[in-house]
Amino acid sequence: MNAAAIIEQPLGRLGMDSLPFWEMLQHPTEENLINGFIGGGAACVVVIGIVVVCALITFFGKWRALWSEWLTSPDHKKIGIMYVVVALVMLARAVIEAILMRLQQAVGLGGGFLAPDHFAQLFSTHGTIMIFFMAMPFLIGVINYVMPLQIGARDVSFPVLNSISLGLTAAAAMLVMVSLVIGQFSTGGWFGYPPYTETAFTPDVGPDYWIWALTLSSVGTTLTGINFAVTIYKERAPGMTLMRMPLFTWTALCTSILMIFAMPPLTVATAQLALDRYLGFHYFTNALGGNMMNFMNLFWLFGHPEVYILILPSFGIYSEVVATFSGKALFGYRSLVLATMTIAVLSFTVWVHHFFTMGQSANINAVFGIASMLIGIPTGVKIYEWMATMYRGRVRLTVPMVYAIGFILLFVLGGITGIILANPAIDYQVHNTVFLVAHFHNVAIPGVLFGLLAGYHFWFPKVFGFRLDERWGMISALCWLFGFMLAFFPLYALGLMGLPRRTVAYFNPAYQPLEIVAFLGALLIGCALLALLIQGWVSIKHRNENRVFAGDPWDGRSLEWAVSAPPPEYNFPVLPVVNDADAFAAAKEFGVAYQQPDEFVDIKLPRNSAMGPVLGGLGFVMAFGLVWHIWWLVIVCALGTLAAIIVRGFARDTVQTVPASVVKEEHGRWLDAVQHAAAISRAAECDPANEGLAEQGAAGATS
Amino acid sequence: MSYETFRYPGLNLGRAHPEAHDAAETLMFGFWVFMMSDAILFGMVFGTYVIQLDATAGGPGPRDIYDIKSVLIQTMLLLASSFTFGMASLSNKHKGSPPRLLAWLVVTLLLGVGFLVFEVRDFLSMFDMGAVPSRSGFLSAFFDLVPLHGLHVTCACIWLICLVGQIARYGLDTDVKLSVMRLALFWHFLDIIWIAIFSVVYLAGLA
Repeated sequence: MNAAAIIEQPLGRLGMDSLPFWEMLQHPTEENLINGFIGGGAACVVVIGIVVVCALITFFGKWRALWSEWLTSPDHKKIGIMYVVVALVMLARAVIEAILMRLQQAVGLGGGFLAPDHFAQLFSTHGTIMIFFMAMPFLIGVINYVMPLQIGARDVSFPVLNSISLGLTAAAAMLVMVSLVIGQFSTGGWFGYPPYTETAFTPDVGPDYWIWALTLSSVGTTLTGINFAVTIYKERAPGMTLMRMPLFTWTALCTSILMIFAMPPLTVATAQLALDRYLGFHYFTNALGGNMMNFMNLFWLFGHPEVYILILPSFGIYSEVVATFSGKALFGYRSLVLATMTIAVLSFTVWVHHFFTMGQSANINAVFGIASMLIGIPTGVKIYEWMATMYRGRVRLTVPMVYAIGFILLFVLGGITGIILANPAIDYQVHNTVFLVAHFHNVAIPGVLFGLLAGYHFWFPKVFGFRLDERWGMISALCWLFGFMLAFFPLYALGLMGLPRRTVAYFNPAYQPLEIVAFLGALLIGCALLALLIQGWVSIKHRNENRVFAGDPWDGRSLEWAVSAPPPEYNFPVLPVVNDADAFAAAKEFGVAYQQPDEFVDIKLPRNSAMGPVLGGLGFVMAFGLVWHIWWLVIVCALGTLAAIIVRGFARDTVQTVPASVVKEEHGRWLDAVQHAAAISRAAECDPANEGLAEQGAAGATS
Repeated sequence: MSYETFRYPGLNLGRAHPEAHDAAETLMFGFWVFMMSDAILFGMVFGTYVIQLDATAGGPGPRDIYDIKSVLIQTMLLLASSFTFGMASLSNKHKGSPPRLLAWLVVTLLLGVGFLVFEVRDFLSMFDMGAVPSRSGFLSAFFDLVPLHGLHVTCACIWLICLVGQIARYGLDTDVKLSVMRLALFWHFLDIIWIAIFSVVYLAGLA
């Protein structure tokens, strides 16, 4: 980099050939036309989507509201909602990509319609998005919203930092979206193994998009982990001892600890790969002393705990859902906590099982194989305890419960294939086949995604104040369940038949029938997503019939149900005092819920701050500059970031006060609504009669 | 939380300032957790360095490029700066007089900058010898680990300068006090990392 280069090439590597349709117009072969239309069409969808959203915001005159009530808000509830919105948008893109890949493989006997490079981009973006920009933002969003309410706190410990984490994550997701329009994404899979992703083999911008998207998101996630862990340790309401925390909060704590320890190795791995690519270092190159095994170790030292970062919060959600919809306290709370912690610790001891075949000795493989199998024990404990919770409970088959039961059935299968793969001798036979693809989708979809969707249905009334439509929710849930089975069970068979993963085309006709079945499954999953969208539409249309302002539509057990729906900005008018596990269930049982406090005091809340959107925006532009070698842009953004942080250090007036009179008035209005609401029995909880007040006594099950 | 049980040892504000103590408690704990994460980052880079030690690819090795005299000077500068920051922390807690705190902070800053000057001089002389990061895996790892620490020290120096600016603007308000406490932790943390670098990289490399 020197001054002359900056002046000669102000746009770096960016040129006309970075635009969609370009390749197709230059070389209009049939293959280029098809791939150009698919890629360019997707780019158009992104651009049109952004234009339409901007137009709608302008039309309704909401720019100011968007900025002051959402983007700059330090409120953990709003940040949580924004995280989930990012996740759902990215989910839609990644599911469409999945359907496209399954279609390609269904017709892939001897060719198909996608170019190998295009197919490779599809599986790379699909994996990257599902892990980093769907599952992570989704679970962080849910934890953000629910955890502070569950522990009786007003907010997380560092609200502005929370907003910065969101900004960085959104910037990273945006970068992946932009790669669809300008240039191309990596073809190296979601874990981007070098030396393939080194400049020698992939000189284009793909791996750079991947590197900077992951770097931004890993920094954001590390900060989130710190924030959540400190919140859970320091902000709990009086009496909320660790062993009285709801299980979801426990899983949030374990996930946060994993984030703190597991994200740095990813940051190091992507930074070192970037140094290789940008400054000619030799960490992972073939020549001059590079060692690609370092990357494998660093990446999976992050990558395996990451699996548990994703799945533990879902375990927490299932625990809440199963207990609530069985009308019972969670069976074996202590051992569930212990199992969660055990999984978190063990998750750091198994990373080598991701590369059993890469040359270490049999003894090392044996150690890591056994460690991997050990994880089955605490997980098995959990499965039994969820079933024991349902046993002799009055189970209500609501949408979250359907997800939970589907999860228990399917996850056991995924777990068993995991134990199979943990045996190095078997792994040698099936590694890099679609058997593995079937396995990790079998744990990730029922384990992670169904959990998050169950949480979405479970807490939606709390967040927006009205229930989601049950019918469309049920249709969606069943489509997910059966779509998943159709799409992935055939892959087990195909894997055993020897079909390698990530194959764009194959020449063995025996594969095709099962590939077609898998494609039908993918279509069904597409229907599930569509049903989810319709559900959202129908629910918003009928929101006034389904309001649950009183705040407790499911006869909930933990503190988040003890406030109105949606909760006030300060969460609790007076911080609750906790005397029991399942604090709200106990309060209802002893008839001390819905109390009028003796006195109200002023509540201090953090003021809005532009740090989140500013740092997110600068991070995004800087990453874009780095990808395209636009050095002046990188320098400007780096200085801007530094300046923003310094200016923030000089900010003093960062707290605003909600006067006691306002708190009293809002609380009074809510108590009034509770008083006028009709208490409903559990049989009527999915009726419009449900105003969010649960009838006590009759609903109890044997516990 | 009862404030009596959580009086933060780095502050001398008394019972009249329970909120400052409470804020200090959470902030400092958060910063400890951040440093834990940062320590993992360094741990990974240390690991890479040790693995890459032999990957010199026929290029210069540790004995050819390390200058123990300069490194010893750097070590002394950094250790002295930790002591002076300790003095700054004491005046942050007890004296409450901006000039004394400012004086110790400026001395610390000068020592930190001195460390950086010697470090950069070392790097430049290595470049002159042809020991550039793109020469070998070993040099890549060296130029990841040691400059990463240098980058941290640079950030800490910028933070220090900003703190001096904040003291000039606001005097010793709670935010400044808490910031001094966090920077002090960070500064000592970087010292500990340096001791690890001194032992693992330089002493072991020349042994």
